[in-house]
Parts: sequence; C-alpha cells; structure tokens
Amino acid sequence: MNVGKNITRMDAAEKAAGRTKYTDDLCDKSALIIKIKHSTIAHGRVISMDTKEAEKIPGVIKVVTCFDVPKNYFPTAGHPWSTEESHQDVCDRLLLSEHVCYYGDDVAAVVAETEIAAVQAVRAIQVEYEEYPFVLDVQEAMKPEAPCIHEKYPGNILAHTNIRNGNYQKAIKEPGLIKVEGWYDTPSVQHCHIENFICFAEEKEGKIVVTSSTQIPHIVRRIVGQALGIDWGKVRIIKPYIGGGFGNKQDALYEPLCAYLSTQVGGRLVKLDVSREETFVNNRTRHAIRSHIITYLRKDGTIVANKLEAFSNQGAYASHGHAIVAKGMGCFPQLYPCPNIEADAYTIFTNRPVAGAMRGYGIPQAMFAVESHTDDIAKAVGMEPVEFRRKNLMPVGFVDGFSKNENYYDTFNQCMNKGMEYIDYDRKKKKYANQTGNIRRGVGLAVFWYNTAVYPIALESSSCRMVLNQDGTLQLQLGETEIGQGADTAFAQMAADAIGVPFESVHMVSCQDTDVTPFGTGAYASRQTYVASFSIQKTAEAFKKRILEHAHEYTGMPVSNLNLVDGNIVRTSDNRVLMSMKELAMEALYSRNHSEHITAEETADIKSNAYSFGCTVAEVEVDIALCKAKLLNIINVHDCGRLINPALAKAQVEGGMSMGIGYALSEQLIFDEKTGRALNNNLLDYKLSTFMDHPHLEVQFAENPEPTSPFGTKALGEPPVCSVAPAIRNAVLDATGVAVNQLPLNPHNLFKRFYEEGLL
Amino acid sequence: MYDMKALYEAGSVAEAIELLQEHPQAQIIAGGSDVLVQMREGKRAGAELVSIYGLDELRGVTLEADGTIRIGSLTSFSHITKDPIIQKYINVLGEAVDMVGGPQIRNIGTIGGNTCNGVTSADSASTLFAWDAIVELTGPDGVRRISIKDFYIKAGVVDLKPAEIQTAILIPKKSYEGYQGHYIKYAMRNAMDIATTGCSVNVRLSDDKKIIEDVRIAYGVAGPIPMRAPAAEKMGNGKVVSREVIEDFSKAVLEDLHARTSWRATKEFREHLAVELAKRALTESVHLAGGEIA
Repeated sequence: MNVGKNITRMDAAEKAAGRTKYTDDLCDKSALIIKIKHSTIAHGRVISMDTKEAEKIPGVIKVVTCFDVPKNYFPTAGHPWSTEESHQDVCDRLLLSEHVCYYGDDVAAVVAETEIAAVQAVRAIQVEYEEYPFVLDVQEAMKPEAPCIHEKYPGNILAHTNIRNGNYQKAIKEPGLIKVEGWYDTPSVQHCHIENFICFAEEKEGKIVVTSSTQIPHIVRRIVGQALGIDWGKVRIIKPYIGGGFGNKQDALYEPLCAYLSTQVGGRLVKLDVSREETFVNNRTRHAIRSHIITYLRKDGTIVANKLEAFSNQGAYASHGHAIVAKGMGCFPQLYPCPNIEADAYTIFTNRPVAGAMRGYGIPQAMFAVESHTDDIAKAVGMEPVEFRRKNLMPVGFVDGFSKNENYYDTFNQCMNKGMEYIDYDRKKKKYANQTGNIRRGVGLAVFWYNTAVYPIALESSSCRMVLNQDGTLQLQLGETEIGQGADTAFAQMAADAIGVPFESVHMVSCQDTDVTPFGTGAYASRQTYVASFSIQKTAEAFKKRILEHAHEYTGMPVSNLNLVDGNIVRTSDNRVLMSMKELAMEALYSRNHSEHITAEETADIKSNAYSFGCTVAEVEVDIALCKAKLLNIINVHDCGRLINPALAKAQVEGGMSMGIGYALSEQLIFDEKTGRALNNNLLDYKLSTFMDHPHLEVQFAENPEPTSPFGTKALGEPPVCSVAPAIRNAVLDATGVAVNQLPLNPHNLFKRFYEEGLL
Repeated sequence: MYDMKALYEAGSVAEAIELLQEHPQAQIIAGGSDVLVQMREGKRAGAELVSIYGLDELRGVTLEADGTIRIGSLTSFSHITKDPIIQKYINVLGEAVDMVGGPQIRNIGTIGGNTCNGVTSADSASTLFAWDAIVELTGPDGVRRISIKDFYIKAGVVDLKPAEIQTAILIPKKSYEGYQGHYIKYAMRNAMDIATTGCSVNVRLSDDKKIIEDVRIAYGVAGPIPMRAPAAEKMGNGKVVSREVIEDFSKAVLEDLHARTSWRATKEFREHLAVELAKRALTESVHLAGGEIA
C-alpha cells in the first residue's frame, strides 16, 4: 500500500536542484514585454490619453488604451461555469478600464522589445481623468450619500443574503438572558506567493496559446475565450509548475489581456510579468470582513439566540464576490447550533483593490469573529472557554440540511484534547490566572469549521486518464493541478493503490495543457485530493478491467479469478503470480494477433461533501509597554480524514499556520485616505511574518477516515489558516484581559487597546 | 533589468574621484542594496553609475596609533559585526548593524552606503550619532573630517561635495573609552524590517559604578534624520544611578524629539516608544558598564 506512507514528493529532487522550469523559465527570450499603465486616481473616468511620446520610444511596438479594447464584459472568478444564467459569475471586467474603479486600475498597456522601453513608455503616457469621489470602507459605502461605483448595484451592494432559523426576536424576550455583543474586524491582506503572477502568449496553429502561472487552466481557457469573444477551442492554456497561488491564481488575472495583446502584434510572443507591487494591488486580496455578532444566552451557558451581520469589502470588481462571506455565514448556524438565528451577509463594492479567493475563502474572517466572540461569551457567563465549547459545539451526529455533511466522529473534542495536552493548557491557564507586571503570558484556543470542495453549491467533477506503457508502467493525467502542495504525489499514491502497481510505476503528467489534459476545474476549495480520489478510483477500475481482460487472453483464467497486485497479474484463488504487468503490456501493444493501446478515461461526478474540522491552541507572551505579543508555542490539530501522505499533510499545515500567524499579528494592506492608493504594497512595508517571528509549528492529526470518499480523505489545503488568528487573539485576552477585535494584533492596535483599557 | 545609462568601475579612490569629476551627474554605487532598489522604482531611471565596490582599500576595521577606530566605508555589516576590534570596543555597533534586513543584505550592504543614503532609519546611524562618530570624506581637494551630526543635512541629503566619496567612519578613543552601549531596534517583525524607532544609548560610569559620568542617547526615526536628545543627556549626567533617574532621563527625551503621525505609526505611539526604549537601553547600558540600579 502506498496511501498513508511518507513517500518523497515526486518533484522534490528537481526543485531542490533548481532544475524545475516555471513559467518565466519556459518563455523564449524573444518575447516582447508587456507593461501596464495604472490609474493614479481611485475612481473616475479616462477622458483622453496621449500616447504619442510613448510610441516614439525606441523599442516600443504597440500602445493599447482602454478605448481600443473590445467591449466583451467577462467574469474573472475561478468558479466552474454555470449553465444557469442566475448562477453565473458577474461579468464586469474589460481588458482595460475606461471607468476607473480603484487606484491602480489598468488603463493602458505597452508592448515593447525590452522591459526598459516598456517601462519608459508607460511613464510617457499622459492620461486625463474625470475624477469622482471614492470610498474605501464598507459602512461608508453603504451610506446613501456614498458614491455609487457600479450603476447596476445601487448602494454598492453586490449581494445580500440571509438565514432565518426559529424566531430570534421572540427568543430574546426570555427573562434573565445575558446579552453579549461584539464587532470583529479583519483587514485586506494578500496571498504573497513567492512567484508573482506571470504569463506569456502567442498565436500558433490557429490558436492563441497562453502559458500561465495559474491554479485553474481549464477555467482560464473559458474566460480567455469569453474576454476575446472567440471559440474556447481556439484557446490553449498551459500550466507548468507554479510558485504558489493560495487562491490569488484562482482567478483569471492577466491571461485575457496578454492573449489579446498577442493578437494586436501579429500573434507574436508577448510576456506579462507582474511585479510584487502590482501583485498586491492589481491581482486579488482577501476580503476585509467586519462582523457584528449578538448572542443571548442563559446563565448556564446555553445559547438561546444568535445574530450575525457580516459586511464584506469586495473592492472594485465582483471577482469571487458574495461566495466568500456567504460561506462564512453558512457555517454560523452549524458550528454552535442554536434554535433561533438571524444572519445577514452583505458584499459591498468599494474603491479598494479587488478581493477574490484566498486560502480559507471567508472562513478565517468568520472564525476570527465567531471564535473571538465565543471567548467573549464564555467570559461573560464565567465559563472556561474550552468548557463552553465542549457544551455548545456541533454535536456528533449533526447533519447539515443543505450539504448533508455529517459530523461522524467526536472530532472537536479529540482535536482540542490533543492541542491542550501539547500546550499544557489546563496547568498554564491556572498559572497565568492572576498576573501583574509588564510581561504577561496567556493561552488561547479556537476551533474551525470547514468543508470540502463546492458541492452542492456548484459543479464538482473530476476527470482522469491512465495510459499503459510498454514496460507495464502508466502515465497518469488529471485536470487537478499541482500548485506546490504535493497534489501530484498524493494522486500517484492513490492511483498506485487503486490499480495495484508500485508507486514507481505511476508516471504523473504534472503539466496541464488544455489541448490534451482531461477536463478539471483546478486547485481550489481544498477539493483536489477529495474529488480526484473519486476519478482515480473510477478510472483505475476501468483500467484494471481492461488489463485483466487481456490477462484472461494470455492466462486462460477467468477475469473473476484475476487481480493486479503490486504490478503482477495474480490468480486470486492461490495468489500465484501468473505474469508481470510488463509482460502483459509488451504483448498487448506489440501482439500481431490482437494489439491494443490500453487506456482508461473517466469522469467522476461528485455528489457529496465532507466536514473538515480542527483547532489551534496558542501560548503568547505580551510585553505590555512595548505593545508586542510574542507567540511562544502553537499547535494545529486537524481531522482531514485518512492521511494520504502524512509528511505532505504536515507541511501543508505548517504553511497554513505561518499564513495564520501573519494574519494574526502583522499583515494588513493600508490605504491612503486622501487618494485611495495602497501605501504598503511591497514586502518591506507589508509585514509578512518571517522565520524569526515563528516558534516551532506543532502539527498533529485526529485521523478519522471520511466515509464518503474512496481513500477516506477530505479537505486540508485551506483549513490550517482558519483558526490561528482567533487562538492568538484569545491567548492575548487570557494574558492581559484585553479583547482585541481588530486584526492584526500588531503593536499599533495593541497600543490603542492597552491605552483604552488603562494598561498604559 | 535596470534602466542604467552607464557603469564606470573605479580601481582606486583617486580614479573614483576622477570618474565623478568626468561624470558629474553620476551616482556612486557600493553594495547597491539601496541604489539598485531606487533604480528599480524608477527614481534614478537612466542614471550613470560610478562603482566603488572594487576598492578593497576601503574595507576593514583598524585601530589607529591614537586609538581611533577606523571603519572603511565599504566594510559590510556582517564584517563589522564579526570584527574583533568592534567587538572589543564598541560591540553595540556590531549588534546594531546585525539587525539590518537579512543575512544577504548584511553581506552586501556597507556602512558607508548606509550613512550616505541619508535616511533616518539606518540601523548604523543612531549608534554612530551616539558615539560621536567622525565621517572621513575624500575629494579632489583632499581629505576632510566632519562630525556625523554635520554630515546629515536633511532627509536623504548628506554633506557630500561634488566628486567626493566617503572613505571611512572614525570613532575617536575619547568617544568610546570607558563607555558601554546598547541599541534597541523597534520594528514590526524580527527580521527583514526597518526600524519604527531605533534607540542607541551609551554610558560611562564613575569608578565606583554609582554615578553616571556621561550618557549619550540617539534615535533613528524620531525626526527626519538621526538625532541626539541633549536635554535628556544633560539631565542624566552626573546623577546617581537609580530607577528614578532612569525614569526622568527617559521622559526628558521628548523635549528634543519631533515625532509625527504617519501611516507607519502615530505620534503618540512613537513618543510612548521613545520613552520606553530610552529606559530599556539606558538600563541595559548601565548593566553592561557594571552598574547596579537601586
């Protein structure tokens, strides 16, 4: 068996040796260079553009302005397309914007022979704007006097949905209830994957071919087709290895513009390499979400009624839109079930950079609000926060009416127990109870809710192809993408077991090329190991059946008495090896009597989903006078079902924890109130945490096999980031008695709160 | 790709001066960790560069006959930190420059570049201010030496005359003999960051370790250029070491600082930090000098 083993990832040696080719390595040096002219206003309209000086610069081939591009409005979100119009993504983008919606919006593009000429030309373009008022904050944007950013969306409301369970208004009238109310605010942050977005495009063999650092090649093919108004079959997207995505590359970013610009220079090869500064502003960010929660409970800690209002800052364009805050709201009635709930989620356009998908997809924001609030509630009723959770968390056997997800195991308690044991929670909780002085320590815990993939909200399918080689090995292809997480290795492990061959016999075709790769929607929603397991299992069964049918020809044994074990054809009645896969494959392909190219290709249409739960426990030391919270110890515990590759699973969790630590303590994009410009869109001023800011990252698992999937697996990609920030916030609360409800818990926010609470 | 008109590499200090005279618009480049970043941002697009990076004569730390510590301007941060003369006499400077950026920057970045860049946040600068460092400048008219306080004119502007290059930083014996110092870099993360505020203190105690004979304190990012806090120094000098004196000294720094609110930090937070860091840096300096705080 290969599943469950720490098999070295198949791309490790090449990556460690520096031989792996990423998008920029693959681009021919003859490529023309694209640079984009960005707006210097946050909201308005381009009146005119003077490109004469830019065009005179030696090496400049073409200047394209917002007035030149086709008026094909297209969506960018990396969602599966919906054939129902009402479920389709909002088509609000053009290749370049005449109507400027944020500071830095794309108004023109230059194609030049060198990067320097392109940069000089961008600088030489003169733009005349008509300026409109702009708005950056959600609450401000909802006011009647706020500027309306998109005509179709009065009040700047992209969407508003709600949940009504029971009767909240009636329930809160019960005498003697304790009311706990809080506002919880999260900032705009960015993914900061190491490889900035990059793509190159050319016209070849009657198609437009785009090589792109993307998570979602098949979706990008559709969007490029939509944006250029051409047949989707004329678009070919190639996805090589990529240096991280974390959701930013779950959007069509600049592939449509790059493809279009190639068509404007005679189909020549053009490259668009985004700078780090542009990555912060012109790609996607995490939605800043402000949540207002009111809870009514009895003195014994029973929750009677719950109210949530969540306001999600969409930024300038719809991108993934309301899906993010809706996911966050969706978990609200499930995590701490309560009979009377009123929940409202709003997604609001502002003139900030566009928010899209980012690891956790609304859940890190929701967990910061809900799990901070949970500690506030526990404090208000005088209960130990973990005891409060044990009493009120989703019980074993809980089934969600919509997704039909079921909480099969006592996962929450298992995870909390492991985390608390590692941190020595109970002893430290007592030890830190009555601290005075400048240095104080505290422990905090937060759980998270997550689910796997997007069923039943959207399409969930996965396709797989297996091709037998002459030597008895196979090539394996999937639409699901390797984006640094180790997906290829996990796929190959599952395929080896499903077919009955050694791991080494599975040759993964890592690169997706939409001309040849089976259809798949790509890396997002922590879906791939789950959904691919279905298509791998199904394809392996078909593949194996063909092989065994051939084996019947050579061995005379009925298929029912044959099996494939470790790369051999075995007679099941006595486990005798009858022939090897290599012998079979050579014969099958080269036989003069019956030659057959043995392949299998299947699509699994997935109609299930799975909960994925866990927790973070953190210990901090706060230097009150320095307004600094130092993370001393931290552990994440996950139940992601059966571990396909424990070492890769652990690495995935460590990465997510690191991201969560930055979210908790240091990261935020800051905008100039006067202009709307991002002030810190670089890695010096945007405080991504470093190795020096991390303690040891402890990772443990509660391994409960998921009943719905072939290998017992479920989501792990995004969950690790979801509970880190509230656990750290709760630890700071434990240490100082101060609730900090605004992320990040950086010195600026701690200074403000410690000052307000009289600690300074 | 850098938008660079020309690069001239000097083989000696004299040649560097000649090249700068021939190309008066040229920008001097040493390690490049500031200049190349500025060029990438488009601030020096199309620049001519005169590289002095190959001038090994400007590298290294030496002790002159009169006890002056001479730090060649091209000495990298990592070499300063590991230098035995620095470690023996002014270890705090080695500690301060060990907080610049990350290891790669500390290997390429030079103390000359750090000071000639003229920014208030330079990790070397506040410590050099606190040690009354002398800047040696070599130009067509020969060598001149000025105090670091006079070298900094305003944000981003230092007293480099046409065709002049900085050749050394000097710490006179009287500045360091008998002193112990401590630098605190306050930043938002523990590596790869610039200081929100940097505070460098050094102190000379009486033989019985009970009296502060001389205390010096300098800040980075408390004004447009690095600066001393003379009122606090005056207040501390001659006092008996005590918790109260340290408190009073720390509060007195605000008399000289000009903190302001920017998106990087509010005035209130900067002032709070200035006082807190003064307290901690003086306390640590007194400990290093063998004093006990009553």
